[in-house]
Formats: sequence, C-alpha cells, structure tokens
Amino acid sequence: MLDDMNKVVIKGGGAAGLRAASRLKRNGIDTVVIERESTLGGHLAQWDRLFPDGQKAKDVLDRLLSDINGVEVMTNHTITEIQRENDIFKIKLDDNTVIQADAVLDTTGFDIFKAEKKQEYGYGIYDRVITNAELESFFKTGSDRRIDNPKKIGFVHCVGSRDIKVGNTYCSKVCCATALKQACEMREAFPESEVYTFYMDLRMFGKGYEDLYLKAQQDYGVKCVRGRVSEVAEAKDGRLVIKAEDTLLGKPLKMTLDLLVLMCGMERKDGFIATKNGFVEQNITDEKGIFVAGTAIQPMTLPETIANADAAVLDIVEFLKRRK
Amino acid sequence: MNFGFSISPSSHIMMDDVSRKRFDALKKTEPDIAICMSCGSCTATCTAGANAEVSLRRMILMLQRGKDDEALAMASRCLLCGKCYLVCPRGINTRHVLLSISKCLGHDEDI
Ligand code: SF4
Ligand code: SF4
Ligand code: SF4
Repeated sequence: MLDDMNKVVIKGGGAAGLRAASRLKRNGIDTVVIERESTLGGHLAQWDRLFPDGQKAKDVLDRLLSDINGVEVMTNHTITEIQRENDIFKIKLDDNTVIQADAVLDTTGFDIFKAEKKQEYGYGIYDRVITNAELESFFKTGSDRRIDNPKKIGFVHCVGSRDIKVGNTYCSKVCCATALKQACEMREAFPESEVYTFYMDLRMFGKGYEDLYLKAQQDYGVKCVRGRVSEVAEAKDGRLVIKAEDTLLGKPLKMTLDLLVLMCGMERKDGFIATKNGFVEQNITDEKGIFVAGTAIQPMTLPETIANADAAVLDIVEFLKRRK
Repeated sequence: MNFGFSISPSSHIMMDDVSRKRFDALKKTEPDIAICMSCGSCTATCTAGANAEVSLRRMILMLQRGKDDEALAMASRCLLCGKCYLVCPRGINTRHVLLSISKCLGHDEDI
C-alpha cells in the first residue's frame, strides 16, 4: 500500500500534467500541479477545434479540469530549484515556498517554433503571413484584421520541422492533420475561397486522419500540392507571391495568395527530454524519482499525450510502492 | 532589334493565369478526380504506358495546372482497357474518367 506521505509534484499544467494529476489522485497519491501561467491547460487552451473530427478543444480541457477536482494547483508559479536529500526532493518555488516530494513529473511540453526564423517566408515582415496558432485563435475569437475575406489561401507544412538548417530534424507529427483541419475550416468560413496546402509528405497516421485527408479533398475541395514553398514575396497590393515546385509534375509554380498560413512545429529551448529507453522506459529519466510525460519527450498528438501521461503515472505508482 | 540571343518563356506555371474552368467542368461529371492521391498505381500498371507516355496521375495534375492540351494528347493514347481501375486504391472509376477527359475537353471524336 502507498502511505499517504507520498507526494508528487507535477511541473506543468497542460494536457499531460492535468491527466497525470487526475490519475495520481485516483491512486490516492497527494499531488500538486505547478503552472507558470495564470491558467491551466497549456496549448490546449489556445486551440478551437481538434483534428481529426473537429471536437471542441474546450470540451476536452473541461473534462481534464473536472477530473482533477480536489488536486492542489499553484498557478503563476515557477520552480526555481530542485534539491534532492536522500530520497526526498525539496522543490523551491519563485516565492521561496519549499515543497517536499517523493517524485517529480515533468510535463513542461513544447514551444511553438518561431516562424520569423524562417526568413524566406516573411513572417513578421509581410502582413498576410500568419501562423497555425494565430489561425486557431481566429477560429476561436472570429477576428484577425489580417484575415479579410481571403480568396486564395495557402498552407505551408513543416515550418521549423524536418529542417536541419533550423536544427530541428524531426517531424512534429501534428501539423499535417492540423493543416488539413484548418484548410477545411477556412473553406467553411470562406466558401468562395480556394485553399492550397504545400506538403513534402502528408503524414496522416492516426485514427481518422486519412479520412480527414479524403474529406478535405472530396467534400472541401482542398488542393494538396506536393512541394515545399521556397520563398514568399509581397506584391504591391499586399498580396503574396509564392514559389513552390509541383514535384509530382516536375514543374515550378508561382501563385498569388491573399493569406499564407505557416504550420509551425514543436520545439523546446533546451531540447526534448531524454528517457531511459524509448521502448520500455519511456517515462523514466536517468535521475531517480524524476519522471517525464507528454510533448516534453517528443512531439505527440493529444491522444498520445494523454496515453503517455497515464503510462507515466503507472511508473510513478510502481516507484513509490517499491520504495516502501 | 537582334541582340544575338532570345529569351525563352518562363518554365514556371503561373497559377494566377491558369483557368480552372475546364477542370471544374470535368469535376462535375467526375467528382472523383478530386480524391486522387497521386500514388501512381494507374501509371505503373498502364497497358499503353509500356510503349507511350500515358499516366492518368499526370493527366489529373495537368488539368489542374492548365495543361489541358497535354492531358488530352495523353488521354488519346489510352486503350481504355480499364486495368488502372483495378489498382486505384481510392476506387476511382479511372476508365470513366479517361472517357470524360476526352469528352469534356471537346474531342470525343478521338475516342
Ligand atoms: S506532421 Fe506533416 S507538416 Fe508536421 S512536420 Fe511532420 S510532415 Fe511536416
Ligand atoms: S485504361 Fe488507359 S490509362 Fe488505364 S491502364 Fe488501360 S490504357 Fe492505361
Ligand atoms: S491509381 Fe488512383 S489514386 Fe493512384 S494516381 Fe492513379 S488515379 Fe490517383
């Protein structure tokens, strides 16, 4: 049995942190969630609808939040230091509070790639180049002065992913499905518009993703072009002239667009966190008692993140039991 | 004036100038052309393709890039054997699409 002295500190109150907190609670383990922002939910709180079938992000978040009812949450706090004394962690916060814990779970997630780093796309320079995250908040709030009844819209896949030059060699996993989801939503919002997506590979691997691809083509008339946008220039009227190769036809293309959406990938300032074994110890770090879950490890979709948080909780429960 | 050289036309496809009228007309009779995923199965298995350049995959792309004449020339070499229909993973009635390409583009006498 676990004695009630056990305490776990979760660093980060996004999807992974919230899910882990609810599961630890159900296992009778005293848990505290430390969140640096003033509200919980992380990136999930920023999204409007989720791929593949458009479920409201808010509904998923509300469920995660209602599941942690009773768990101690400290928002607006950051951890400044973690000290180990024998088997106990002393976790110091920015207001000098110290929390003692038996285990720490890192669920600090990802940052969105900074689009201005890919200068050839002109983000921050040209007004009508926006990011996937900004488009998502447009769907949520219904307003963005840059989105003014666009007739031709382009999506660029793999911005800041699969790109040795920016130092991110991996695939961010979520942006292909996001691009097609958002492309359909734009066709819905602007039925007169033509929507093009520019991809290198369409990685529609998850349940329902390939169906989303078919739906985008069949029901929404989204046009997928295999080829990466190589450069963007602004025309006199503020519209955007893009170049890409239609690699399936072997011909370079030029096209004028009213809006270009960059599918920025995931990254972490200090890199993703290494775990002991990518197959059988996916949530265990080299530091005994410190666990990790979710997109702090690698890019993951939301269902993967939630499953990964569950797996981490199992590791933590076993760890605490074994120590008795 | 003769500068001793000439400028060849840009090899870029200028999408702004491409008329989608004919493609959209074709799409009305053959809505399935929108769901081609460019897998190339049709081309690989094409009976006529063994001896001439015939590729339904490329035809569908050409039509979307304003290269109707090239697509039509290619369609005229099709033997309408229907082998490509057997292999298309999206279940497109490719043989029917090929007939419609010739019809919609106004050259049904070629069939
Ligand atoms: S999911 Fe798609 S868009 Fe995102 S990095 Fe991977 S291949 Fe590129
Ligand atoms: S129907 Fe035409 S395109 Fe299809 S396999 Fe036969 S010859 Fe080739
Ligand atoms: S086999 Fe079907 S899906 Fe594949 S390229 Fe040909 S028409 Fe398109």
